[in-house]
Amino acid sequence: MAKRVGMEVSLAIGEAAKLADVDVVAAYPITPQTHIVEHLAELVANGELKSAYIPVESEHSAMSACLGSAAVGARTFTATAGQGLELMHEVLYVAASMQLPMVMAVANRALSAPLSVWGDHSDVMAVRDTGWIQIFTENGQEVFDTVLCAFRIAEDPKVLLPVMVHLDGFHLSHMIEPILISEEDEVKRFLPPFKYPLALDPKKPVTMGAFAPPVIYSEARKAQEVHLAGTKEAIVKCWDEFASIFGRRYLPVETYRAEGAKTLLMTMGSFSETAMETIDKMRADGKDIGLVRLRLWRPFPTTELRQAVKDAETLVVFDRAISLGSQAGPVCSEVRSALYNLEKKPRVASVIGGLGGRDVTVAGFEEIINIGIKMAKKESQQEIEIFGVRE
Amino acid sequence: MTENYIAFGKRQVTKEEYFAPGHRACIGCAEALAVRLAAKALGPNTIIVAATGCMEIVASQMPWTSWRLPWIHTLFENTAAVASGIESGLRTLESKGKKPVEGINVVATAGDGGTSDIGLQALSGALERGHKFLYICWDNEAYMNTGIQRSSSTPYGASTTTAPAGKQSIGQMTWKKNLPAIVAAHNIPYVATACPSYPFDFMDKVVKGSKVDGPAYIHVFSVCPTGWRSAPEMSIELGRLAVQTGVFPLFEIENGKYKINVNTPKRKPVADYLKIQGRFRHLSEQEIKLIQDRVDKEYDALVERAEKDKAA
Repeated sequence: MAKRVGMEVSLAIGEAAKLADVDVVAAYPITPQTHIVEHLAELVANGELKSAYIPVESEHSAMSACLGSAAVGARTFTATAGQGLELMHEVLYVAASMQLPMVMAVANRALSAPLSVWGDHSDVMAVRDTGWIQIFTENGQEVFDTVLCAFRIAEDPKVLLPVMVHLDGFHLSHMIEPILISEEDEVKRFLPPFKYPLALDPKKPVTMGAFAPPVIYSEARKAQEVHLAGTKEAIVKCWDEFASIFGRRYLPVETYRAEGAKTLLMTMGSFSETAMETIDKMRADGKDIGLVRLRLWRPFPTTELRQAVKDAETLVVFDRAISLGSQAGPVCSEVRSALYNLEKKPRVASVIGGLGGRDVTVAGFEEIINIGIKMAKKESQQEIEIFGVRE
Repeated sequence: MTENYIAFGKRQVTKEEYFAPGHRACIGCAEALAVRLAAKALGPNTIIVAATGCMEIVASQMPWTSWRLPWIHTLFENTAAVASGIESGLRTLESKGKKPVEGINVVATAGDGGTSDIGLQALSGALERGHKFLYICWDNEAYMNTGIQRSSSTPYGASTTTAPAGKQSIGQMTWKKNLPAIVAAHNIPYVATACPSYPFDFMDKVVKGSKVDGPAYIHVFSVCPTGWRSAPEMSIELGRLAVQTGVFPLFEIENGKYKINVNTPKRKPVADYLKIQGRFRHLSEQEIKLIQDRVDKEYDALVERAEKDKAA
């Protein structure tokens, strides 16, 4: 039986990587991710985890070392946040395009300047188009479970792609929560050994990373796009099998008291749990309201999203990032785009908040919903609202 | 299997080509020759990690490859880091019994820009961490792949497209960065300079470097007729002249001890080397003298160091 343990979420990620019996961890310290790799270093130092631990000199090298270890077929893990993810930027594309499976936990953090070590989704949005599978999480248990699932998804012979597990910096990474830590034999049953079919091996020489002239680049990119879009099936199948072994079920888009609701709030990450309390309160007040939570960010779950919001009149999308100079938050832009061609669709309002570690409370989400409703009804002149800013 | 070898006096070199003919390097490219010789010296039990650069683009246009060894290219500045991951991955898979122990050579390769400029941090990190791998820098003294732009490895007085000689400039105004010394400062077990004009010396060093227990580094002087404005048929001769004038001495640093491999007690004047290259054609006698003085000083210091280490 799995044990329920009070544990900091960052440490639980280390425990998940240990249960996955990772072969290589390459990492560089950065707040608020550091506890994850510290814990892994400790597990290796104590002989509890038989893994190489490469204490690289930058995040660029962390991700580059991960390319190398994945390319020889080693199960590979790393973690980063904010500026670290930005420094990895060009390497991220290579990991996905060369189909090098690995798992990275990202303790989501704001971007400089001004420097902020605190949480928001600016770092996530900046790596949106890198070709990684990306999954949001809401609490410690989900983070632990998602790391295990991420290895299974990444290494699925039908997928073979890197996976990012997003967790909110501090709001999630530094919380101590009761978490069910799975038994080793359960994990072994769920996660088969990694067998990379294209590994660098002198017995079977392959050329990896050849360059593409214009005559072939478009074909390579289209193949990648079709492949990534097609991984949703394997992701959902992994979550189904996870549910059958561990009893906890995950879906690309999840809802909370949303059935038939006229107004829906949409959130990602740990703020969803606060928003659920707001929904309960507003429901108790007799408001017709529900919550949609985006779990799978890439590949974008268009079908599931359309299904989840089909009966709503208003959809308020809460973004924890600004797309500077744009007309909506980055998630809101994609949601609008996913709904635009439908005959029947809700009006969509963009509210941004929770930037650089600013908390949003239960009362705050009620305000956000009310602002969003006004914007959707065109009672507000604003196309975009940045919530809670002192003027 | 003697028929697979070709004899040069007492020496035998395999006829196997791991870097296959048909690649698209320029005529007279000494760098491609160095790659070919290195691959022969390393043999089939090798993984090559390549940086973006000439040797990457001449050998790997999708859907073709010139490589008969497992080969990976990812980016420009991260070669040493990728090699770190490969080495660590192999070692762990072997120690966990997930893979048989095979003693695979992990060889990272990059040009002078990829090594002394943009890749220096990743190289320093990998050397400091002590990975067991061989790093080979193909030094053709500028960014030749993008069209002859200066790097920190470009020699003083050379004209390049981003440091061109003009009415108010002699071209490169700085002295070539001493990468072997920077690498040696990491206290790694093996550092060497080499040149394909001295093929056996070079191949011996590749073998030695691949067998060292820890990081090894070889800095390969690679004549580039296109970038140096020299005659393609002069590439081997130019490499010899670089050594014989003391412009590029061949030496090893084994566990901190310097040893000169090709002694040149009577060095030729640097003018012999400079005057057959278009990149130096604008230099005045005075500037050539300046280069001669610098070469003399550096060569003397090298000899002094090697003699001291020999005596110790």
